[in-house]
Amino acid sequence: MSLQVRFGGILARYLLRRLILLIAIVFVISVGAFYLIHLLPGDPAVVILGTGATPANTAKLNAQLGLNKPIIEQYFVWIRNVLHGNLGTSFISQTTVWSTIKAALPIDVEIIVLSQILAFATAIPIAMRSARKPDGPLDRLLGAGSFTLLSVPSFVLIVLLVLLVAIKLGVPHTGVSSYVSLGTDWITNLESLALPAFTLGIGSFVVYYRVLRSDLIATLQEEFITMARSKGISQRRIMWRHALRPSSVSLLGTAGVNIGGLLAGGFIVEYLLSIPGLGYMLIQSIGTSDYLVVQGIVLVVSVGVILINFAFDLLVNIIDPRISRE
Amino acid sequence: MSSSLYVSEAVEEATQHARIEKKRLGVLFWICVGWLGLNLFGAIFANVLPLPNPLYQNYAAVNVGPSLHHLLGTDDLGRDIFSRIVYGSRVSIEVSLGSMLIGFGIGAPLGMLAAYRRGKFDATLSATMYCFLAFPAIIATIAVLSFWTPRSLIKIIIVVGIAAIPLVYRVMRSATLAYSTRDFVLAAKVQGASDSRILLKELLPNIAPIGVSFLLIGIATVVTLEGALAFLGLSVSPPTPSWGNMINESLAILQQNPWLAIFPSLAMCLFLLCLNFIGDRLRSHYDVSEVKL
Repeated sequence: MSLQVRFGGILARYLLRRLILLIAIVFVISVGAFYLIHLLPGDPAVVILGTGATPANTAKLNAQLGLNKPIIEQYFVWIRNVLHGNLGTSFISQTTVWSTIKAALPIDVEIIVLSQILAFATAIPIAMRSARKPDGPLDRLLGAGSFTLLSVPSFVLIVLLVLLVAIKLGVPHTGVSSYVSLGTDWITNLESLALPAFTLGIGSFVVYYRVLRSDLIATLQEEFITMARSKGISQRRIMWRHALRPSSVSLLGTAGVNIGGLLAGGFIVEYLLSIPGLGYMLIQSIGTSDYLVVQGIVLVVSVGVILINFAFDLLVNIIDPRISRE
Repeated sequence: MSSSLYVSEAVEEATQHARIEKKRLGVLFWICVGWLGLNLFGAIFANVLPLPNPLYQNYAAVNVGPSLHHLLGTDDLGRDIFSRIVYGSRVSIEVSLGSMLIGFGIGAPLGMLAAYRRGKFDATLSATMYCFLAFPAIIATIAVLSFWTPRSLIKIIIVVGIAAIPLVYRVMRSATLAYSTRDFVLAAKVQGASDSRILLKELLPNIAPIGVSFLLIGIATVVTLEGALAFLGLSVSPPTPSWGNMINESLAILQQNPWLAIFPSLAMCLFLLCLNFIGDRLRSHYDVSEVKL
């Protein structure tokens, strides 16, 4: 009992430390995102508003960014607006940045959730199969295959998949600009997101498979597995009930880190298929020099990635409490 | 023959065998090295080689498939794809080598020094670096490049190079840490060797293999990143060919001319595969495992 209490204390202290770090990083990110505007060559107001700046627009921009104040004060004007959910209004589309993000974000979340379901659902059983006979023919084949796939970037994979599935095989709703929103028709929606989810899923699968396989092989050498075997517990039960949990620490750690790359990969895939998610919005805004939208997306996505990393960190600590003791 | 002699001979034979096995890197390794060499050669001597101008638009031969005249066919503007791939490799190689130069030039000495000195210097530097590591580097790169206009190759190199510093720092620091308490370092210290001598002559040769294998994986990552940036319109601007640009341009005419998508993709994937393979082999050859770090 007392051990458990002490353990809880250690975990709490660890989490507190992580939380302080989290706040520090979010602060640094906000400063970075704020300062982006000042990387623009020349007067930010002129660059953002373009040549046809009306006095009303200039006043609006000043209210958002406080451009006529000293730079430190500008940050506080900006961050206060951001904390009130006001990321500014695009001077090109005349809609608020937040409403653009709110409309696009669920699409990214859906693609990533689908891809991760695919990746975990395939990586875990296949890694178990592989780890059962290390260096066996199946393990070698999977090793070579996954290594090759590791060298195929997501944007190459999606191009080749569109070429094969949508153009050569002519499967409906999989090509470019065939996105249907979830509210309209969920079956067609899933069809239109199948290729993006598959592409990102493959990329994650390769990484997860390799990490879990090597950890499983190490775990299966441990004495408690031999003990379980000698008790006559079935192979399947040993894998799922005894070996998976101790082997999944680095898997979850990798998954947490993977999410940032996944988002960036998802951006390009969305753009290629004209799916109106954050990536598509981001690239369009870069193209039209709609800087406030770019700034908003960068801020929201960076903070999102950090929060997801934190959540995975928490999960790893719950699975293996020894980590927080270090 | 006494049994003990037999055993000792058997042990000797086994260890010798193991040593010979370890020295071999395999045929595939050298094929990969050769392929990378060929790519590098093409990139350096693209001007001298008998290649058609990668920007020349031949409207008499638009979207033709592979033939003797155009080895890999032409694109929608009649430009030679093979020539564009060779010239395009320049961008990938320049960006990756340039940014790795920055990343290793700053990250490696700092990492080694931090691990060697320890103490407050190490603690402060490591804390700062870990803070940066938590940053989603890809998103930060996209953000800075989209605001820092006008865009140019050198800006990409600087931004990616800076993003690489904390990663290089972490790898080199942990690699040095594994060696800095070993006896031979202590022996050198006792003999009165200077710090710079210990770092350069004693530690560097030992951690060089780790550095090289990480360098190769870093190059592969940057080549992929350049491709991604090209899609976002943040890499070199057309008509300058780069692998990413070419794949991006191919999308509009994917239906009419799939070769335009397939060949640059193949060039990029083969390049990445070779880099990853060599890096992986070197790592296992020198027995560098994460656990040991």
